[in-house]
Amino acid sequence: MNDVVALGNAGVAIRKANDAGRGALVGYLPAGFPTYDGAVDGVKAMIDGGADVIELGLPYSDPVMDGVTIQRATEIARAGGLRTRDVLSTVEKLTAYSDVPVLVMTYWNPIERYGVDRFAADFAGVGGAGLITPDLIPDEGAEWIAAADKHELDKVFLVSPSSTDERIAMTTANCRGFVYATAVMGVTGARDKPSELAAPLVARVKAATGLPVGVGLGISNGDQAAGVAAFADAAIVGAALVKALQDGGPAGVRKLTEGLAEGVRREPRATVAR
Amino acid sequence: MSTVLPDQFGHFGRFGGRFMPEALIAPLDELTQAWRDAMADREFTDEFERMLREYIGAPSLLYDATRLSDVAGARILLKREDLNHTGAHKIRNAIGQALLTKRMGKPRVIAETGAGQHGVATATACAYLGLECVVYMGEVDTERQALNVARMKLLGAEVISVKTGSRTLKDAINEALRDWVASVDKTHYILGTAAGSHPFPAMVRDFVRGIGDEAREQSLALLGKLPDAAVASVGGGSNAIGLFTAFIGDDDVKLYGVEPGGDGFETGRHAATISAGQVGVLHGARSFLLQDEDGQTIESHSISAGLDYPGVGPEHAWLAETGRATYRPITDAEAMEAFKLLSRTEGIIPAIESAHAVAGALDIAKELGPEATILVNLSGRGDKDMDTAATWFGLGGSDE
Repeated sequence: MNDVVALGNAGVAIRKANDAGRGALVGYLPAGFPTYDGAVDGVKAMIDGGADVIELGLPYSDPVMDGVTIQRATEIARAGGLRTRDVLSTVEKLTAYSDVPVLVMTYWNPIERYGVDRFAADFAGVGGAGLITPDLIPDEGAEWIAAADKHELDKVFLVSPSSTDERIAMTTANCRGFVYATAVMGVTGARDKPSELAAPLVARVKAATGLPVGVGLGISNGDQAAGVAAFADAAIVGAALVKALQDGGPAGVRKLTEGLAEGVRREPRATVAR
Repeated sequence: MSTVLPDQFGHFGRFGGRFMPEALIAPLDELTQAWRDAMADREFTDEFERMLREYIGAPSLLYDATRLSDVAGARILLKREDLNHTGAHKIRNAIGQALLTKRMGKPRVIAETGAGQHGVATATACAYLGLECVVYMGEVDTERQALNVARMKLLGAEVISVKTGSRTLKDAINEALRDWVASVDKTHYILGTAAGSHPFPAMVRDFVRGIGDEAREQSLALLGKLPDAAVASVGGGSNAIGLFTAFIGDDDVKLYGVEPGGDGFETGRHAATISAGQVGVLHGARSFLLQDEDGQTIESHSISAGLDYPGVGPEHAWLAETGRATYRPITDAEAMEAFKLLSRTEGIIPAIESAHAVAGALDIAKELGPEATILVNLSGRGDKDMDTAATWFGLGGSDE
């Protein structure tokens, strides 16, 4: 029963993929890039191309966890006048379009400024699934944890190769939906080589929790997604999709997503024991 | 007992804390432990004090500014941090953290800089201790502070121009944090002010508190008592916390932080973060910050590059909220008048940052009256500001 609760919204979608013998695909694009409507079309293309979970970025002035691709994209979104309320209306359009869960990836200050409980209520009101919070650790997250619990939203905190086992236990105990494992010590952005740190990290996380584990940072093509799907429950792709949208529009996103979706289906995968 | 805060998680009341990527939490825990161990190790603190004495020139003088006092209408004492090696209080923090870097066995240092003072101080400390040094500086700042870029390079540092965001100090901090996430096993980030994630606000305070500790002793020797007020400028807040810490337990000593009022607080073009009074999270801590309705950071404005930062250290936020210290803005114009006044009455050209504190002290002197003694942190010297001053006062060319 606890597992059902903790799976929340995104976790159910990921487990559905896992039960079908494959890894899940989580795709990221920021709201407002290259335009408000362009972002909506880009995410719809991601959904049409086979993404199981959507991670919608809330553009922020000081994105310390993002590499240059996502920095530039979110700068363009902000220069276009994107507001927090526009991110909420983007979510509303996407949840009206499909049942694919839509999480928002956000640095903490915009949520604190909006009002944590007020944001949670408004976000749940437009069908949002939960938040991924790259600069909020559970240690500082009491207000968000309470609001997320009240509004039944996913709380996706991050774990890192540098996290101690003690912190992994504490962090995963505070997650709902899935656990976001950062594959490298570094910021977002496509990388050529697979990380050697990801698989041991996922093993440590799985020793601490029954929640699905998604691996992100540096995955940019179907081969890399296939590699990650072999040991993790979900592959999370961001900068490569941003670049695809920039270079090829929604059609480019659709094409890349299809390649990634093929990748997470490539290796036959044991269903998850529960 | 004046420094019981922060708590073990870095909180000063509701301010401070650690709003950082999880990847940096374990390294921050290690740093916290290394700093605490070092401060409890006599060998480390003796070495730090020796370097302050023999390399920096500490203790800096406490100077009785009699001619300035005549104009001010109260007795003004200047803590002469401008006489330190490299010309500002910043070297205390840089040398302390560089020494800690050596102790942690890390060969590489990164730092951010706005005007270049902290970058120069860090490059100096790294040259002195034999550490690799990389300084991140916003592209806008590398252009307007070309002389300090040359200084850092001469000292052996690599200067990386940051071309994202607003291309100023806050973006240099962002870029340094991005470097640090990827390099933390071999790299220490020497943050330049008493802000950011725990343990930086408390650790930087430890390294700069000598300013106030020295001034307190010097005041007792000179006056036979403590001053009535202590005044310092506040950008991120390191020179102010360095002065205040020794006096926090002395209830009779009023503490004043002077914020950069830019074009005037009411114009919105300023960097008076505490006066603006909006709480939020930036660069790893909860504090006051300049932000719009959506929580996006707003660019600050000040004639003083060293005070031109949209955030402020969390301990200042706490001192403001508890009322132990009060904070008030001084405009660019008021600061530049004080810059000229101190130059003409005492033959001391201050940093524009420190000129804000002098201007604040002139106002405070009127409020406290002629019997008052006011201690001002003259945090840096004005050589770096001569281009700005020449433009402001129209000093180019001869008087003919």
